[in-house]
Amino acid sequence: MYLLVIYLSFISMCITGLFGRFIGINGTFIISVGTMFVLLLISFFIFFEVSLSGSVCSFKLFNWFNNENLYLKWGFLFDSLTSSMLIVIISVSLLVHIFSMNYMYTDPHLNRFMCYLTLFTFFMLVLVTSDNFVQMFLGWEGVGLASYLLINFWYTRIQANKSAIKAILLNRVGDFGLVLGISLIFYFFKSLDYFVVFSISDYFVNNKIYFFSYSINIFTLITIFLFIGAVGKSAQLGLHVWLPDAMEGPTPVSALIHAATMVTAGVFLLIRCSPIIELSSTGLFIISLVGAITAFFAASTGLVQNDLKRVIAYSTCSQLGYMVFACGLSNYSVSFFHLSNHAFFKALLFLSAGAIIHALNDEQDIRKMGGLLKPLPFVYIMILIGSLSLMGFPFLTGFYSKDVILELAFSGYYTSSNFVYWLGLISAFFTAFYSIRLVFFVFYSKTNSYRRYMENLHECSFTMIIPLFLLSIGSIFIGYLSKDLIIGLGSDFWGNTLFYLPNKVNILVAEFIPFKVKILPVIFSLFGTFFALFLYLYLKKFLYNLILLSNNRLLYFIHKFLNKKWYFDIVYNFFITKKFLNFGYNISFKIIDRGFYEYIGPLGIVRSINFISKIFNKIQSGFIFHYVSIILFSIVFIFIFFIFDFVVLQSLLDFDIFLLIILFIFILKYNEYKIINKKKEYLKVLREYKNKFIHDRKNINLIFHLRSLKLRKETFRVVYKSDFFIPVNIPFLYDYTQNNAVESATNVDQCNVINSYGLKLAYNRRRHFLENMKKLKITYKNELFKSVEYFNKIRNEIKVKINKI
Amino acid sequence: MLVELYFSFFLVLFVFVIGLFGIFVTRKNIIVLLMSIELMLLSINLSFIFFSLYLDDIFGQLFSLFILTVAAAEASIGLAILIVYYRIRGVISINFINSLKG
Repeated sequence: MYLLVIYLSFISMCITGLFGRFIGINGTFIISVGTMFVLLLISFFIFFEVSLSGSVCSFKLFNWFNNENLYLKWGFLFDSLTSSMLIVIISVSLLVHIFSMNYMYTDPHLNRFMCYLTLFTFFMLVLVTSDNFVQMFLGWEGVGLASYLLINFWYTRIQANKSAIKAILLNRVGDFGLVLGISLIFYFFKSLDYFVVFSISDYFVNNKIYFFSYSINIFTLITIFLFIGAVGKSAQLGLHVWLPDAMEGPTPVSALIHAATMVTAGVFLLIRCSPIIELSSTGLFIISLVGAITAFFAASTGLVQNDLKRVIAYSTCSQLGYMVFACGLSNYSVSFFHLSNHAFFKALLFLSAGAIIHALNDEQDIRKMGGLLKPLPFVYIMILIGSLSLMGFPFLTGFYSKDVILELAFSGYYTSSNFVYWLGLISAFFTAFYSIRLVFFVFYSKTNSYRRYMENLHECSFTMIIPLFLLSIGSIFIGYLSKDLIIGLGSDFWGNTLFYLPNKVNILVAEFIPFKVKILPVIFSLFGTFFALFLYLYLKKFLYNLILLSNNRLLYFIHKFLNKKWYFDIVYNFFITKKFLNFGYNISFKIIDRGFYEYIGPLGIVRSINFISKIFNKIQSGFIFHYVSIILFSIVFIFIFFIFDFVVLQSLLDFDIFLLIILFIFILKYNEYKIINKKKEYLKVLREYKNKFIHDRKNINLIFHLRSLKLRKETFRVVYKSDFFIPVNIPFLYDYTQNNAVESATNVDQCNVINSYGLKLAYNRRRHFLENMKKLKITYKNELFKSVEYFNKIRNEIKVKINKI
Repeated sequence: MLVELYFSFFLVLFVFVIGLFGIFVTRKNIIVLLMSIELMLLSINLSFIFFSLYLDDIFGQLFSLFILTVAAAEASIGLAILIVYYRIRGVISINFINSLKG
């Protein structure tokens, strides 16, 4: 029964992916949606049995791998965290499946799409249900892979390719941190099972790791590495840039990524590893700080974004910041509460955004929308519910979790929690602002859309309405219904899943903070709402004048700064990506792969075999006396080796000499590289002059003279210090005036000089040549001299330029 | 006895090296080559005989007789080849015998 969750999703994925052509579109829908529905029922059952009845279930299956130190089995753990995650994941996934039935109906690759969606869900389920770190990591990587496939679903679009690669590369950075964290856990605890690690972690509290002269608490180190993993997956500050770009995928994918599967993985990791994270106060401090700054950053960036989905994406980033800093304040249950609530209203927001985009023929820019209030009333209601829930309007779902998080931050015992509180409060204001701004631009303002689009507007179909409606119910009531269960005082919902240090529990203090402070987040978000409405209803022109027309540098800069997402992308591209690309191309590709390995690998072997075979070829001359001499010399050499007891041979095989050879190859390759660069510069200069020369030659009109003298184009060779020469076709560059060859070529020696320059006149044709010369000398003397002077000038210029290089 | 052995050994080596260099240095005449091969064989014979005397063993001398017959046969075959070669090429200089290569 429990394992069906994994198996069914896998089987459904296989059927839709491999046999999608046979079962057709409707078959795909029936199988994938039906499986998800069955899974939802099973997950309700699991939730009842595990969380409500309090019987935690864990079991081991067969071996995965087994070497001397690491003994790993496939294992599954169903505790209250897992079971509630299952409900969140599967319910959102089911609704997204239903939604994409209509949304992707016209797509020719629909089977593939449904297969990827189910694959995504499957990997997330593996991540959630595993009972050891390695299996969790399998799901983690699988989620990354599935996100890559889904973002890149329309793979003919370059933007989709780019953002998919961006997503998977940034996730790779986070995965690297997670792998290091897991390795450290294995190094210290000698096990990777959750049960073992979490139950013995208390005994290692004061252990330290020594690195040069620094000593770091092992829990701090592990926490930081695990958190890097969470930063990558949950799009916290630093590795967040993939999340807004992931909007290139189809909209249901965005809903799935943002609500249930991908980004919650990082927060889930933090909640799951609470027994480790809790023991490191430094790590918690870092987590809370990064989370709060992320919340603030994303909310402020969302203020001025113009892409419909991108605004919602930044709000996801911001809400993830809330979850992470709730973890950092060691209130894991509250963090999870926000996660589950957020899943519902974010899925609602994305799916209704999808409905809008679908209705407007894939238009995503909110400046080109507007006036959709009357044509799309249902979607308007859905977006409004989602937005109100997101901004924490009282008694909607988002209100319960967000308010509690901010109260807990206010009542925290540390300085950091105060900082976090204010950042969170300001982000609440921002959240309200951009939500209302979005609603205003899409629904209230006058339309900027095309007339044809507006005429064909239609409310979405039945299969799109159902998921929206269900999600809207979720985003109104879920918070109210599950508040007491999940974060209520004295609730034994969590059992032993989460771990708090007693001195950090401040949920009681948070209950008794003054009412003024408790109401503050609501006031902030209401203020944000009315501020946005006021600004966009009455002061729109003023705003426009203020930012764009007046030369207010500061406002302009702030707007640009926020619109460019705090310049994160630009800075990353310029300072990191470009450098790494250069490094990868020039050093690891050119010098190491195609240089060093090529030299000691295939090319080196081929060359050495050629070289040796040439030597042996020379030996095989066919002369008997040569063979005899070889026999003689080899006998002598063998005697010498016997006498010196192979001293020479041994030293040849010594490792130092091997290293020296490698170094030699390196130097050789490097010099070649330098020389090639230099050569390029030379060629550049010469090409420049060649063009100039050809251009000028037409003006001077010299071709006639030199053709009459039967001179051909000569290859001009420039020899440099560095022992190589560049053949360049520059005609007529030899120097006549030097020897006065043209003027007075009267004797044989001077004719020879001319010969050596390429005239190749035979001695007996000298007289004929001289006669010609005399004729020409009179007519074209002046021009000839001009041109010769000109050539000399250019040659000197080239020489000067090249010497500079 | 030991001194004699040394002497005989050096004698054999000397004759052998003369034969070897005869092959090595000869550029003109293939008959000289055959002669130097004979010389090398003779030096080996000589060493057999010396060692048979030193070890007081009749087999060495017996073996040298065998080698003599073999050498005679080889010389006759070599001369026969030489004659045939001369008929075909009209020359017996070693400088021109270099078609034997891979």
